[in-house]
Amino acid sequence: MSVKISVTINGKKYTSQVEPRQLLVYYLREALSLTGAHVGCDTSSCGACTVLIDGNAVKSCTTLAVQVDGTQVTTVEGLAKNGTLHPIQEGFRQEHGLQCGFCTPGMIMSAADLLQNNPNPSETEIRHALEGNFCRCTGYHNIVRSIQWAAKKLQETNAAVL
Amino acid sequence: MTYIGQSVKRVEDKRFTTGKGKYTDDIKLVGMTHAHIVRSPYAHAKILSIDIDTALAHPGVVAIFTGKDIAAAGINGVPAGWQVNFKDGTTMKEPPHPLLVADRVKHVGDGIAVVIAEDDATARDAADLIEIEYEVLPAVTNPAEAIKPGAPQVHDSAPNNMCFDWELGNPKAEVDAAIAASHHVTRLDFINQRMAPNAIEPRSAIGHYDDSKDKYTLYTTSQNPHLTRLLMCAFVLGIPEHKVQVVAPDVGGGFGSKIFHYIEEALVIWASKQIGRPIKWTSDRSEAFLTDAHGRDHVTTAEMGFDKDGKITALRVNTVANLGAYISTFAPAVPTYLHGTLLQGLYTTPKIHVDVIAAFTHTNAVDAYRGAGRPEATYLLERLVDTAALEMGMDPAELRFKNFIPAFDGVTQPGYQTQVALQYDSGNYEPVLERGLEMVGYEQFRKDQAEARKNGKLLGIGFSTYIEACGIAPSAVVGALGARAGLYESAQVRVQPTGKVSVFTGSHSHGQGHETTFAQVVADRLGIAMEDIDIVHGDSDSVAFGMGTYGSRSLAVGGSAIVKSIDKVLEKGAKIAAHKLEAAEEDLEYAGGKWTVKGTDKSIGFGDIALTAYVPHDYPAGLEPGLDFSSFYDPTNFTYPFGCHIAIVEVDQDTGKVTLKRFIAVDDVGNVINPMIVDGQIHGGLAQGIGQALLEGVIYDENGQLVNGSYMDYAMPRADDLPSFEIDRKVTPCPHNPLGVKGAGEAGCIGSTPAVVNAVMDALAPFGVIKNLEMPLTPQRVWRAMHQ
Repeated sequence: MSVKISVTINGKKYTSQVEPRQLLVYYLREALSLTGAHVGCDTSSCGACTVLIDGNAVKSCTTLAVQVDGTQVTTVEGLAKNGTLHPIQEGFRQEHGLQCGFCTPGMIMSAADLLQNNPNPSETEIRHALEGNFCRCTGYHNIVRSIQWAAKKLQETNAAVL
Repeated sequence: MTYIGQSVKRVEDKRFTTGKGKYTDDIKLVGMTHAHIVRSPYAHAKILSIDIDTALAHPGVVAIFTGKDIAAAGINGVPAGWQVNFKDGTTMKEPPHPLLVADRVKHVGDGIAVVIAEDDATARDAADLIEIEYEVLPAVTNPAEAIKPGAPQVHDSAPNNMCFDWELGNPKAEVDAAIAASHHVTRLDFINQRMAPNAIEPRSAIGHYDDSKDKYTLYTTSQNPHLTRLLMCAFVLGIPEHKVQVVAPDVGGGFGSKIFHYIEEALVIWASKQIGRPIKWTSDRSEAFLTDAHGRDHVTTAEMGFDKDGKITALRVNTVANLGAYISTFAPAVPTYLHGTLLQGLYTTPKIHVDVIAAFTHTNAVDAYRGAGRPEATYLLERLVDTAALEMGMDPAELRFKNFIPAFDGVTQPGYQTQVALQYDSGNYEPVLERGLEMVGYEQFRKDQAEARKNGKLLGIGFSTYIEACGIAPSAVVGALGARAGLYESAQVRVQPTGKVSVFTGSHSHGQGHETTFAQVVADRLGIAMEDIDIVHGDSDSVAFGMGTYGSRSLAVGGSAIVKSIDKVLEKGAKIAAHKLEAAEEDLEYAGGKWTVKGTDKSIGFGDIALTAYVPHDYPAGLEPGLDFSSFYDPTNFTYPFGCHIAIVEVDQDTGKVTLKRFIAVDDVGNVINPMIVDGQIHGGLAQGIGQALLEGVIYDENGQLVNGSYMDYAMPRADDLPSFEIDRKVTPCPHNPLGVKGAGEAGCIGSTPAVVNAVMDALAPFGVIKNLEMPLTPQRVWRAMHQ
């Protein structure tokens, strides 16, 4: 048995037949080859699979593909425009907010959610907002700096996060 | 432009920030199937029967293999890469580690069957249909219990669960006498708890046998693809190495756990040939907890003697190290040559003896985890020094200054010969502690602490001055110590006809940023732009050979191999340049990407020479065309980074909760190529070391069940568990490699753990000298310590 869904992902409309039990992250990775969202755990704890659904950060490993029917999904692949890194992506590059890169897409999407709601977060607020995302490489020090860099850049350019 | 010493932004980051990194699980091959491994739910049990019939009939199932099939195919187990002998000279006990177990499982997670299906979900569904009957047997998980008479036995071939016993240092009688004659002896009994490395990318392997070419390809999450190929081909499957390509593409963190050759790699390669299709296996997190090699797990008694002035007189250490059920690739080296040899620390201790017993238990294998042996050595040394200071009423910083080895540069002064085999290359230890004290504002802190205590607030400061042995290499040395492989590194520098440069390195980057730092080195040496350089790694078909990345060895060993090849390029280039410029070779100098005749304006650029080398129309007689050199670099010694870590904590008297207020790290890792990347390595190491002190630890219950095997149960540091770090550096170059670098990958993880624990003990000093408080220092444990 499969179910038909229609979803807009990174601005492009997809209509697919999915198994009711298929998780969003596997729909993205397997059906659409959008492999930026990663699977790092089985318990919704690591955040490597974080994407935005209608602008809100959600763990795609605990969302069924059928649940995104009719929504707008943004993945890390949808942030850079015309080959230019999004300010959050650029912030991670500038401040060395990544090492192995595996948690990075999820970190960036969580940061996008944070900066939409709080354009000028304090260090404490950033660390709190990243509670759902593990990084084993950076000790978070430079991830905090990266998000601060992005916040400053977005404010300076008066740009919207999405 | 000079690149070395600059915080050049990373070449890697564009693909990783845009979701275009290519990790093993991202790879799809045509016709690919998916494997799921049925694993033992028991720590120790006889397999009485396995019924796969229902599972095999499940729609979408392609094949199922069990331990019987593996045994029937004559496949060996995965081998140990390091051999340590018993004190009496007999060989260590080396029971086989089969790809799948047919008779008796020895830890929770031991592989029993592999189900291969059209997709992962189907493989998992079918796995649930396999019926296995077990006879559950008693298990042992604690290594100190395992070696006692009457303990459940893991392997029939290893009596008393002993893999080996081992000792190092001065004669034991001399050390015993020195301890007995000491004015003061500090003794600690403790457990250095078992850690889960927890790279966020779970392990994954894709095996593909192509019968049209009789060629195998393995994509795998590995820190050293070439060693995996060698072990798998020569020792496990007996397949021809030249017909096997091993690719470790982007790898999402390793921390040691992806050094080793795992059963799943050989399994997907072998099974792919059986079914004629590619097979992907990707671990889930629960499997990762059960099967990724763990770290640490030592049960230790350590005693340090002092004279009346506080000079260390002797050190005596007894450790029982847990190997788990099977010997993982480097496991025997970790509690011995990476632990016992570091017990000199930064101190002039004249007498040292260490005894180690490596024990089998019914648990997952233990092997190298970031630092590997050195964190265990540092933990015991630095805990002893701070505890001794508390006991003797001395200042812990002062006690260290009193005992430091005096500075030596390893060039005009010889290296420092320790009592435990190693000779340190260069060191200057006082400045790192002096700088640490300055950064922390030590005098002021002690005043604040006294004031806080009056107000019932528990503030504490903890120190750790560590040394480590990195750049794991000299082949002759590691060979004498039991390594079954050389530990050099290889590099090929291929100058293309247009003057662009491809560098093939046997090191492997899984977060360390080699594509950037190695390019910085090449760009500077050749005087060309970084953009004109491509660093290739992780593919055995491109890179001739490699020993991989671990032990903070990439730049010191792999980088030095690159420098060696560049020297050869420049040497040949000079011959071509001399011909073109009609000058003698000795009259040329190379700078800024061109050869110039000294004292003239006659010069020729690197690109012109490259083109000439490949279009040799006007060319030196007798010289081969081409500009492409390979090198193997085998250092003369390890490198010895060191540093000072200082933690400040506050302990909540009501709840026992420890808050890390500040963390100061002053590390000396020799010369630095990219400060941004080195800082990042330190940060990450600190987080892992702090995690061990305060949060982490794998827990097996008495039946051998891993009770905290998920991210919901195993506490790893999150962003709000940590402060921003305050870090600085000193530079004492390595005297024996061309870059003067020592390695930075593990330093943070080695120094930080004892600093944090010492800080908590200092905070708890009003309650007396507490000795039975074990890591991780959870609120419950700390609260109990205050109320005992």
